[in-house]
Amino acid sequence: MSYLVGQNMTGGYGTGADILHDCTVGVEKGEIAVIVGPNGAGKSTAMKAVFGMLNLREGSVLIDGEDITSLSPQARVHKGMAFVPQTENVFPSMTVEDNLVMGAFIREDDITDSMEQVYELFPILKEKRAQPAGELSGGQRQQVAVGRALMTQPKVLMLDEPTAGVSPIVMDELFDRIIEVARTGIAILMVEQNAKQALNIADKGYVLVQGRNRFTDTGAALMADPEVRKAFLGG
Amino acid sequence: MDLLNALVVLANFIIVPALAYGSQLALGALGVTLVYGILRFSNFAHGETMSAGAMFAILFMWLFQSWGISIAPLPTVLVALIPAMICMIIYLLVCDRLVYRHYRRQKAKPVIFLVASTGLMFFTNGIIRFIIGPDEQRVADGARFVMKAREFKNMTGLNEGLAIKSSQVITVITAIVIVAALFWFLERTKSGKSMRAYSDNENLALLSGINPDRVVMIAWTLTAVLATIAGTLYGLDKSYKPFTYLQLLLPVFASAIVGGLGSPIGAIAGGFVIAFSEVTITYAFKKFLTYLVPESWAPEGLVQLLSTDYKFAVSFAILVVVLIVMPTGIFKGKSL
Amino acid sequence: MTYQTRVIGAFSLMAAMLLIVGFAQSWSLVLAILNLCLISSIMALGLNMQWGYAGLFNAGVMGFAALGGAAAVIVSVPPVQEAWAAGGGGIMLALIICAATALLVALVYFRLKASDTIRFATITAILVVGFIFYRMLLDPSVDAIEAVEPAKTGFLGGLGMPIIFSWLVGGLFAAGIAWVIGKVALGLRSDYFAIATLGISEIIVAVLKNEDWLTRGVKNVNGLPRPVPYEIEVQQSPFYQGIAESLGVTVVEFSSLFVKLCYSALFLIVLLIIFYLSQKALNAPWGRMMRAIRDNETAANAMGKHVTGRHLQVFILGSAVIGIAGAMLTTLDGQFTPTSYQPLRFTFLVWVMVIVGGSGNNLGSILGGFFIWFFWIEAEPIGLWMMEFITSGMAADNALRLHLIESAPHMRLIMMGVILLLVLRFSARGILPEQNRQSAG
Repeated sequence: MSYLVGQNMTGGYGTGADILHDCTVGVEKGEIAVIVGPNGAGKSTAMKAVFGMLNLREGSVLIDGEDITSLSPQARVHKGMAFVPQTENVFPSMTVEDNLVMGAFIREDDITDSMEQVYELFPILKEKRAQPAGELSGGQRQQVAVGRALMTQPKVLMLDEPTAGVSPIVMDELFDRIIEVARTGIAILMVEQNAKQALNIADKGYVLVQGRNRFTDTGAALMADPEVRKAFLGG
Repeated sequence: MDLLNALVVLANFIIVPALAYGSQLALGALGVTLVYGILRFSNFAHGETMSAGAMFAILFMWLFQSWGISIAPLPTVLVALIPAMICMIIYLLVCDRLVYRHYRRQKAKPVIFLVASTGLMFFTNGIIRFIIGPDEQRVADGARFVMKAREFKNMTGLNEGLAIKSSQVITVITAIVIVAALFWFLERTKSGKSMRAYSDNENLALLSGINPDRVVMIAWTLTAVLATIAGTLYGLDKSYKPFTYLQLLLPVFASAIVGGLGSPIGAIAGGFVIAFSEVTITYAFKKFLTYLVPESWAPEGLVQLLSTDYKFAVSFAILVVVLIVMPTGIFKGKSL
Repeated sequence: MTYQTRVIGAFSLMAAMLLIVGFAQSWSLVLAILNLCLISSIMALGLNMQWGYAGLFNAGVMGFAALGGAAAVIVSVPPVQEAWAAGGGGIMLALIICAATALLVALVYFRLKASDTIRFATITAILVVGFIFYRMLLDPSVDAIEAVEPAKTGFLGGLGMPIIFSWLVGGLFAAGIAWVIGKVALGLRSDYFAIATLGISEIIVAVLKNEDWLTRGVKNVNGLPRPVPYEIEVQQSPFYQGIAESLGVTVVEFSSLFVKLCYSALFLIVLLIIFYLSQKALNAPWGRMMRAIRDNETAANAMGKHVTGRHLQVFILGSAVIGIAGAMLTTLDGQFTPTSYQPLRFTFLVWVMVIVGGSGNNLGSILGGFFIWFFWIEAEPIGLWMMEFITSGMAADNALRLHLIESAPHMRLIMMGVILLLVLRFSARGILPEQNRQSAG
């Protein structure tokens, strides 16, 4: 059993039709798990389901063996989960530093160490610490978003398409940082549009199609699977 | 010498009154902008909130006066501000609990909040008339002037006097202190930052573990404090009439929007822009010009752009121009 | 409970309450309330078009009602010849300059192809020059007009036509102003629109209070001609004396009731016409589209509907109806008093009517107009009765008791607030909910 797992999840938004059907995703501490698949496959939905942002009719979400299916997203933050939305993931009028401070809102202890770690991970943020986050470039803003999420000292970091809309160079840079974060022992679950690059760094990969698990294996194995390559990775 | 006289005229009739009025508007607009930033609706009841705050201040002032408490030369009402604020904080929190919270949970559209605030406007207005009556009340006691026109003339030897009412000085000083405290809170404390974060990006604030109920509570508390002070200062400066506050709603909203809804700095800037425009455009410049131009050119008429009764038109015109030219206001507020 | 029984029940209850007032207080009072109920219903119908059909928050009902009132003066009062001779020409010229300036500004704003800086500089220049000429012409004329018998006239007077025409003219005035406001403010966000309309209405009332040459300002215009007979005429007519006798009431009492009934009949006719047209419009494709836009503006926009254009139409129509009601109100009062236009009474009370009656339902708006006006008037006796009941244990000269009894009239505001909040919370769709609504927003 993985550290964080959403098992057999079935459900959709509000009272609408089911988007997920018996879908399972999970991630181990210190590992990177990637959810890929065609457009409309329910990748982001699966992620949001794990974070408690939609109603599950069936299935459960467990963290470290504890059932958290009925907890609100806010309560899951206290359980050590952090979520980086795809868009609108910074406080635009606040400085970079204040964004990080807000990330650590629930913490009562000293946060200077965590902040130093984030600045070490993303040196550019230290340079721009006094600038409003809304004035930064797309890639820098993603760094702020990830940094903010790390400030809660999460055990699981969830990223919804962190590289959407950034240049390939910035994307590689971001992936490198994400690997570094995973090495510190944090479990990383992310949804990616750039399937190839993402599976390259993934310990585990989930290929979803129409809300169902189609292929599940290690990143490398999926990359090697001719069927996956043909259907989802463009040959 | 003529130039100096002209400047004194300007200071006496435009700069000093507009500074005081602008401070009152700024404090009022800060309340509107806070509610907008956190609860995301335009609070039509804000004028009445200011009025109710002033009413409580007057009631406590009477109580203190009957006890013989006095801080002369300062007006007694300043002491009464503190219990009045506490009453208003309780009042607004109760209103939020009974009215707004329901719609917040339902995630109702902003316009539903707007209608609800209209209901509270009626209710509050009725309560005020019920308790203190619709008549005019005098708020000021203590010294009336910091500087009288004659003293100024004797002191400087100029023809023109500069009168500064103590209420004007108190208004400006109080406004500076309150605004400084507010900004310290918003910029330096964790709670204040969490309010800005919530205003900036509600979802992300929730993801960061910021408790929305607490943010809303702080917002109403600050609004109560600001509205009580703004309402009382306005009453102190002009005298308290319950129905004038409904008319104050327009310039207050105009200030908040001109500055950029949701932006505290904008609210302050907007307050002074509106106040100075209103006073300047409705001021008769005859005396001022008479000092400046050769005698034969002296104007016959009052050289008043608009009669003072049209001061609404001024705030409104500025509002419309700002909305057309820069819809998010001077200091980018929220556009949607 | 089906919709039909609900409608019948609600209106029967309303009738019963009016009857109770008739028996308990007086029939003259019932008719007085009824007449204002009818006018309120028309105002509510107008606002319902804007809010109920289209979701526009018009916070400027007061302004349109006041325009209607001004129309009553301008249409019905005989012209003051001396005043026209003294300054009529100047005023007209000034108004032409005003219009020309506005036209030029609009032309430059919409047509001039140049950078924003140049456009706004040109506009400012036009405004400044226009304003100077306007004031140069206006000021002396105004002084001259206001000098003509200031105690009695001091204004230009009107056209001296039957006052009933003013109902139409009031609608046209309101429609014209609504067009201008709509052009500028529609398309803004909903709360900006609300504040813009609030501002305009304050300005309209400020103009009516201060432009003495137009409607005598705060000096009021009294004794407007009536569209119905005067009591004294009724009392002197042998025909009516006979009817009064056969009914067993004094002729004075009969005349007062008869005159009020005449007004009721006129108002009822207008109400029925407007109600019929509103119903037709609401159920026509036009109304369906309007509601579709209200329920999902984005989708309607995407389907190529011109949202702002539709909103402009409905805003103008609704405002015109409010203007008509405003003219009717001034006709009923027989005098025009600009100071009586208070936003609580004229804007927000109408809002309470529409929301309590049922947003989007014309019948609901009529019912809301009746209910709310009834309680607005009867809140005072009810409040007084309540206060006397509450304080009945206290000594007659107890200060609290005296204060409470004295403050009873203000109960009506508290009551309106509570009614609005309760309906909004527990029955958000009002007493008579909108029918055939597609989706619940």
